[in-house]
This record gives sequence, C-alpha cells and structure tokens, in this order.
Amino acid sequence: MSRVDGYGTRIDRSRTLRFTFDGREYTGHAGDTLASALLANGVHRVSTSVDLGRPRGIVAAWSEDPSGLVQVEEPFPEPMLPATTIELTDGLVARGLPGRGRLAEVPDTARYDRKHTHCDVLVVGAGPAGLLAARTAARRGERVVLVDDRPAAGGSLLGTERICGRAALEFVADTLVELHANPDVVHLQRTTAFGHYDDGFVLALERRTDHLGADAPRNVSRQRVHRIRAARVVVATGAHERPIVVEDNDRPGIMLAGAARDLLHRHGVLAGREIVVFTSDDAAYDAAADLAKAGARVTLLDARDGVPAAGARRCAEQGVTVRTGAVVTGTRGTEHVTHAVVGGEELPCDLLLLSGGWNPVAHLVSHIRGTLAYDPALGAFRPGEPADDTAGDGVTAVGAANGTLDLAGCLAEGAGERAQPVERTPTKVLWRTDGDPTRQFVDLQRDATVADIARAVGAGMRSVEHVKRYTTIGTAHDQGKTSGVIASGITAELLGVPIESLGTTTFRPPYTPVAFAALAGRERGRLFDPARTTVLHPWHEDAGAVFEDVGQWKRPRYYPRPRETGGIEDMDAAVLRECAAVRGGVGILDGSTLGKIDVQGPDAGAFLDMIYTNVMSGLKPGKVRYGVMCGLDGMVIDDGTVLRIDPERFCVYTTTGGAAPILDHMEEWLQTEWPHLRVHLTSVTEQWATFPVVGPRSRDVIGAFAPDVDVSVEAFPFMSWLDTHVDGIPVRLARISFSGELAWEVSVDGWHARAVWERLVALGGQYGITPYGTETMHVLRAEKGYPIIGQDTDGTVTPQDLGMAWAVSRKKPDFLGKRSFSRSSNLDPLRKQLVGLLPLDPDLKLPEGAQVVELTDALPPPPVPMLGHVTSSYRSAALGRTFALALVKGGHARIGERLTVPVGGALVPVEVTGSVLVDPEGTRRDG
Amino acid sequence: MAESLFRTGPLDGWAGRFAELPDSVTIMAEPFHAMVDVRLAPDGTGRPAPGLPGSVAAAVGTTPPEPGTWTDGEQAAAIWLGPDEWLVTSPFTPPAELEAAVRGPGGAAVDVSAQRTTIRLRGAHARDVLETGCAIDLHPRSFPAGAAAVTTLGQAGVVLLALDGAGTDYRILVRSSFAGYLAEWLIDAATEFRT
Repeated sequence: MSRVDGYGTRIDRSRTLRFTFDGREYTGHAGDTLASALLANGVHRVSTSVDLGRPRGIVAAWSEDPSGLVQVEEPFPEPMLPATTIELTDGLVARGLPGRGRLAEVPDTARYDRKHTHCDVLVVGAGPAGLLAARTAARRGERVVLVDDRPAAGGSLLGTERICGRAALEFVADTLVELHANPDVVHLQRTTAFGHYDDGFVLALERRTDHLGADAPRNVSRQRVHRIRAARVVVATGAHERPIVVEDNDRPGIMLAGAARDLLHRHGVLAGREIVVFTSDDAAYDAAADLAKAGARVTLLDARDGVPAAGARRCAEQGVTVRTGAVVTGTRGTEHVTHAVVGGEELPCDLLLLSGGWNPVAHLVSHIRGTLAYDPALGAFRPGEPADDTAGDGVTAVGAANGTLDLAGCLAEGAGERAQPVERTPTKVLWRTDGDPTRQFVDLQRDATVADIARAVGAGMRSVEHVKRYTTIGTAHDQGKTSGVIASGITAELLGVPIESLGTTTFRPPYTPVAFAALAGRERGRLFDPARTTVLHPWHEDAGAVFEDVGQWKRPRYYPRPRETGGIEDMDAAVLRECAAVRGGVGILDGSTLGKIDVQGPDAGAFLDMIYTNVMSGLKPGKVRYGVMCGLDGMVIDDGTVLRIDPERFCVYTTTGGAAPILDHMEEWLQTEWPHLRVHLTSVTEQWATFPVVGPRSRDVIGAFAPDVDVSVEAFPFMSWLDTHVDGIPVRLARISFSGELAWEVSVDGWHARAVWERLVALGGQYGITPYGTETMHVLRAEKGYPIIGQDTDGTVTPQDLGMAWAVSRKKPDFLGKRSFSRSSNLDPLRKQLVGLLPLDPDLKLPEGAQVVELTDALPPPPVPMLGHVTSSYRSAALGRTFALALVKGGHARIGERLTVPVGGALVPVEVTGSVLVDPEGTRRDG
Repeated sequence: MAESLFRTGPLDGWAGRFAELPDSVTIMAEPFHAMVDVRLAPDGTGRPAPGLPGSVAAAVGTTPPEPGTWTDGEQAAAIWLGPDEWLVTSPFTPPAELEAAVRGPGGAAVDVSAQRTTIRLRGAHARDVLETGCAIDLHPRSFPAGAAAVTTLGQAGVVLLALDGAGTDYRILVRSSFAGYLAEWLIDAATEFRT
C-alpha cells in the first residue's frame, strides 16, 4: 500500500469502498479517484498504448492525463474515461483501455437534461483566483455563476497554504458559506465549462449523480448541460504542468511532479518511495520537499544552473538531494520505471517526476478566438492583453490561467487587482532532452513521438495545425493538454524558428469529451420531436386508427376493421373499403391539420394576386378558388383553396406541411418587398378544425347536420361557402372536393370540433358514413389526378408540368414566378410532366420512386436513359385495378404510348394516360 | 336534436397525471379562454405601430401593455406579442364578443381562441422547470410579474406570462396541437422534484 498517514484532505478513511479493476478486487476510500485508489494499491500500470502496446500508467492527477484511460463496466458501461477523473464508488468495475472503448449495448436509462442560466459574471474555476472573483462580484450585487470541474472547490490549493493568516481550506470553506448564502450566486462543482461561444455563451457539463454510486437518485439527471449566458466571463481555470520529453518517458511510474504532490495531499497516496524529480522550473522543489517529508527518498535534478533559494532550502530541510545542470535522457524498466538515465548514470527509482513549467489553461479564451501570446519567462502561451484581444472586453483570464503562478498573485487578480511581481528563477524552456526520437513520446495517447514531428517537418509542413493533423498529436481525448505546446516547441526547434512565430494550435470545444446522451438531454423517446395532434386524436385512437407522421403531425392513415375471417384488415384492404365507401356512399376525414391563414386588410386581394399564380382579387365573397403558389423560379411550392370572407378578408388554406413555411414566405414578401400593402396575416390553423364530408350521400348528411341551410346544387353550388349556426355554434360549410365527389368541408372552432365530428358521424350513420384516413384521401385525389405538392412535385415542377396552365394567369401584370415561366427551360416540351400510368397487369402495383424508361424487353447497358419516375401508386377500388402517377419527360405528348418500368429484375410494361382516371367529365361533383 | 355541442380542450383527460405532480410543480389546464389577435394597420413606412390603442384596451377593461409585458383587467388581459401585434384574452367573454370589442378601424382582429390553450404552472420549482427548456432569462429581475415573452419551451413555441415576481406562477399559452407534447414535457421536467 502507498497510503501514508497524516495526508489526504479529500478522502474519508472511515469509509472503505470496494472496486474491481482488470478483474481484481481492491479497496479505496470515499474521496478517492479511481487513479488515486489504484496508486494507493500500488497499481501503476493501467493499460497498454493504442498502437505500440507499451505499458502505460497515470501521468497527471486530473483531466489533463493523457494516458490512463479506462472502460467503466459497472454501474453502467462507458468508454474512454480518464481514471483520474472517476470518483470512486462502491462496486465500481473498470478495466484499462488500450486506446479504444466500447459503447454500452444496453439502453441507458439514466436521465440527462439541460438548464439555461443567465448571469452578470460567470467564473470558471473555483481555485483561489476564481473564488475571489466570484466573491468580489457577488459582493457588488451581481448575479454570479461559479463552476468548477473538480469534486470540491479549492483548485490547486492542497491544504498546506495559508490565506489571510488562515489555513487555505478554511478560507475556501468560509468563502463558500458566504457565496451559498447569496440567492444570486449559483455554485456548481463537478461542472466542466467545455465550450465558450460568442456573446458570453458558455456550455458546461455537470456530473450530478455518478459520485453517489448506488445511492444516486433515479429521478435526478445523471448529467446536465448548463447553457450559461454571461455578460462577463472570468477564466480562472489554472494551469497544467508540462512534462519534459525524454526517451522512454511513457513507462508506468513516470508522472508530473504536481500530480504526485496532489495525490499525496488530496488522497494520502505516496506514489513512490524512491523518487527522481527532473525539472526546469521552481514548482517541482515544493513537490520534492513534500514527498520527502512524507517518507520518500528524493533526488531532484534541475536542468538549470541556478536554483531557487527558498525551494532549495525546503529541499535541504527534507533531505532531498538537489543536482543542478543535470538532465534525464532516458529511463529503464519494462512494466514500471526502474531507473532514470542521467548522462552515463542510471539512478534507481520507482517514480520519475517530470516538470517543465506550466501552461495556462486558456482554452476558454481560445474558443472565442482570443489571442494567446508566447511568454518566454513562462515558456508558455498565455492570454493576450485584453486591449488587443479579439475575445473582447467581457472575457478576463485571472490567476494561473493568466500565467500568474503565485498564490498572492492569484488572489489579487481574482479580486480584480494587479498581481505584484514575485521573485522566481526563470523557467528554462526545455521541450526535450537528447535521445532516440522514436522513443520520445510527445502524445502518449496517440503513441506519437518526436520522430513523427520530424517526419511532418521533413514532409514540408510548417504550420503547427498541419503538424497536428499529420502526427495526430493533440487529437486524443485530452486534446493535447500536456502535449500541444511541446509539439509546437519541438516543431519550432526542428524548423529553427522561434516558437512565438509558430504559435500553438487553436483550442476548440469541447474542453473534455461530452457524451452524446448529455447533449441529447431529454429529447429522446416521446420528447425527441413533438407529436402534434388534432383535438380529435383520442377519437381516432378509440376508432383504432393507424397513424402516419405528416411533418410533426400524427394523422390517421386508415382505420382497419376486423375481418370476417378473423384478424384485422391490412392497409390495402382497409383503403379499398374506405375508397369504395366514399365513392359509393359517404366518408369523413379529419382535415384539421391543413394550414389556414387569415389574410385581412384593404390590399388583401392585391397581395394574394402576387402570391398565387391565378387571380384571387376577382373572387367574390362567398366563393372558393383553388390556387397554386410558385417560388421565384416558377416551381410549385404549395397549393390549396382560398375562401373570400368579405372584400377585405380571405381565408387561405395551405397544405399540412406548408402551414408554417408558407406563412413565413408570405410574411417575408409582405415585410421586405411590399410593406406598402395594408395586409395582416394571422395563422388560424388550429383555430379551425376542418372535416371533409365526401361522397354521393354527403348532401344528406350535411342537410341533416345544418337543417337551416339549403344544400341543393342550385342554392349551394360547387366552390361556394357560407357561415351558419348549428345549435348556436358558428359553423362554416364549403363545397370543395379533393376527390371529384360531391363533398362539403365542415369547419368549426377547435373547441367544438369533437362534438361536431361526433354529430356528423352520428347523423351519417344511416348512410354508412365511413371515417377515412390520409391513404384513402391520397388514392381518391390521385384517381382525379390532383397532385400532392411534395409527393408528386419536388421543387422542379411548374404548374404547366402538372397540367395546370389553367391556374396560371395570363392577364396579371406580375406574380411570384411569372418571369420564370418565359425561361427557355420552362418552355422545353421535353420537361417532365405529370401523367397517369396503367400497368398492363392490372394487379401489379408499381413501387413509388420506380424509374420509367422507353418500352423495351431488355434494358440497354447502363447508363439507361431515364424518362422519369413514379410519384404516386395505388390500388383503385373505382377502377378495379392498380394505377400510378408519374413525372415523365414530354409526358403529355406520350399519352397513349407504352413505356417500361423496371421493378426488381422484371420489366413492367405500362400505358401512359392522362392524369385524370376517374370521372374525367366531372359528373360526380354535384352529386 | 341530439345533445348540444359540447366543448373539448386539448388537455382534457390530463387532470389525473397533473394531480400526481408534487406541490412544488403544479400544472393546471385553463381551457376555453377567448383569445383575439389584434394587429394595427401599418402606415406604409414600415414603422411600428405606436401601441395598442387606448380605446381597444379600454374596451376590454385593461391598460395597454408595454413591449415585453402583459396587463390584466377585470374582464380581459392584453399581451404584447410584437411591435404591431397584441393578444387579448378573456376567460369570461365569449370569443365573438371579444373579437367585436377589439375590432377597430384598420388593422385586423382575428379570433384565435382555439389556436392556443393555456397551462398554469405554479410552485416553488416552477421557474426551475421552465429553465430546463426556455432560453430567456427568467430571473425575477429580468422577468418580473407582468412580463410576457414569445419564446420556446422545449420544442414548442409558447407565449409565457409571469404572474408573480417570485418565479412561482406562470401562464403558458401553447398551440393546441403542441399541448399534449408540452404537458408531457412539463411532467417529465418535474421528475426531479418528485419526492
């Protein structure tokens, strides 16, 4: 065991937790990470590397660790997690991961959600600088959000420091008490700000329940994405220690000096007893002294010639051997480091610590294109001065994230003051020492070495971004937190240019990996996409309807009935029955999803004349007109009927899918091109429920439903409408037909929709009224050659292609699309045109989307010239056979010809017909 | 004639599930509020209209709301929806009467009573629930009693009204076809507060 008494501020030794790693059982304590618990048990080797299979261990103490990836198996499978960031829980099962993980094969039943938060100041990092920044802002009365990715606040504080004459952790606790008492402060631990976007928008991931293990409440989200909008962002994210690259620097037992110190103070783990520290920076002296004090034999090798007086004194007090001007050039060992090679000498050790200085964690500055400038005294890149910073005034980096490494300076910057300069021996910038570049690992996770960088440079690359992509350095889970700057430095050395001329790669979100489940949040299952329903939905469900998705709407597709022979009708049988019932008696459809737009104002007619291809201003009140809308390219975008309510008011019906986009389209033209028109548009899609009552017996049903209304053909002609009252409720009746049959559309406000529907169904009972769904509606309209915009058209089809030249005004001076109709391509007689297709085999239903080619009994070698494709295809009760609609090149001129439709391996001969197959004379329209 | 034509709301049948919610997040359907969309005639210059005419506000017994707010009268409420658009609502006045009352010269008045339905969300965690799916700032400093916003909740467009300054009482006006989705969404969002 590597656990030492008298250390471990974060662990609770009274609570022992069991866990399994690589199939072996171990114990740890509450407050351990998986990494600290493994090291406490003497387990350094976590895994092997992805390409080379070399043993690898723990390198850092937190999320910057490039090496110790594990797969968690219990409580829930999750791949690619650094052992250093997994809080130990009882029953945890994990195993080391050589680079690639495995996603769970069982559904994740945990909750994930998001929360929107607004604040004056977002402080990222609850170390000394962040705590001061949060406290200062809170005391000013500002709304503060303080997030920190570790389990507890305090940042780099280990517990040995003193702040304002008190123990540092007491200061932290007192500050938190003050912050928590303030209702305008939100403080979140275990929360990683992983992305920073324009205008103070920051995404942060909170891990809410994993640390609770089996006690985690099921009704609380496991992870939450906080969407934070802050007027100002204070980046107090600290610094990452930078290793020095030496030959064979990847063995288990080689880690960062600060990580070993962290493990000692936080977790009471002394990761080695025979320690060699190799440094070019001051901070490692504290690590060496602390580790020696805890019982290790420590030798410190400083690459510099001068040593920091205070650090050297502390080391001397603890018996640390300090050698200056000494560099490590390699290591020995197989499963674990056994020696550090120093010149010709091999120093025995069970822990080799590397410390090459500190990189400010400036990711959140870089995310929004804040500049990072090279600071030669640090040997690192730090945020540029706010004055010349593209990140803008609202973003400030403080403390170690700003390159200020001493505690007093961090506290001062956190409080918004200038840090006083401190005495320190300049860091010697040392990216690597001499050795075999093929065994000098820069990115441990990617097995990428100095030799790989040399190869990139040799291949002519000069940009660190190119080198990154060529070598993959910095592209692993850790995104190069410890390797990125070193890669820049070594590239600069190889190129013989100063590192400041190369810069460093741009940091991009996410700072640490984020699970897709967290990003999806609650938008899964029933909440994935809203299901829109009409007020009749429960009735349709009770009637056994099978629903179809039409955009977000759930529409009844058909209403299967029990078969006499047992079982339930399939769709073909149900639709044939529904079609026959409509054409032979009467049917009713819930058409409430149709888009409806109220168009009001003195210029309403003029406006609609521009929107539609035909004339609407001439429509008389009480009348209905079918209209087609085109885009500027002359292609059909929507169609529907228009009711003129009074001289200044129309009700426009769009397709179901067109409701929102057509309103947007109309508003856009009104607001941007024709603001002089006195017109207002209001969506009334859900104000009105609309039920087509269709078939030869519909007159009987409507007559019974609205006894005050004369429903004779003379009094109530086709394409007219009127308002009436039924039981005192306003009802609108319109003679509109989408099937060629005698038909009325009954419209009523949504409040009374269900009652009116039930009344119609009850009154129609004696006529055999049959509720029908969208599939039957499609067949009935196709039999009459009525196109469905978006099914029979695809944005490349003109009204003329649909055989609707009659709906395009020749008199109007202008309308949307008019100019395009004179383009030569729009006049091409070989354009694809809508026609009917009758397979010679009347029982064969062509698949929709099937290609149409010239009549042949053997396909020519590819490419086969295509004439068009089948857009709609059904079995017709009225025709007693199958039929289809198709877009076919020069189709109108081909009527009567035979063509071929390849279906699977077969060549199906079809006859081209006009698109109107049932009642082309229109004799059924008036009953 | 058969029984008279009854009314149905899109959230009929949800009361049982609403009743299972904790006291800190209560949901109540408030169906059958008359609602009339009021637009003012643009003057042809593209400038926004000067405000809901006092005469319209007076007709329904409230004061004209400022942008981003709503005002409550004894008989009706008026909600600012946009520079030239308001929604006048009333749980008492029938839709046709309300439409007639607000119809003035020019502009437009459209009965949209069934276009949306109303959900009342109350409780100590009402604001927490909204903040899991609404991007606007709901802190009472930014969204006090009397505030109104056209916004998105979950994936549904809503009109959100604050009824108090403590984040514990809201009205949510939602398109009728989205009401079932939103009810499901709200109930799910309250999961965390079940005891």
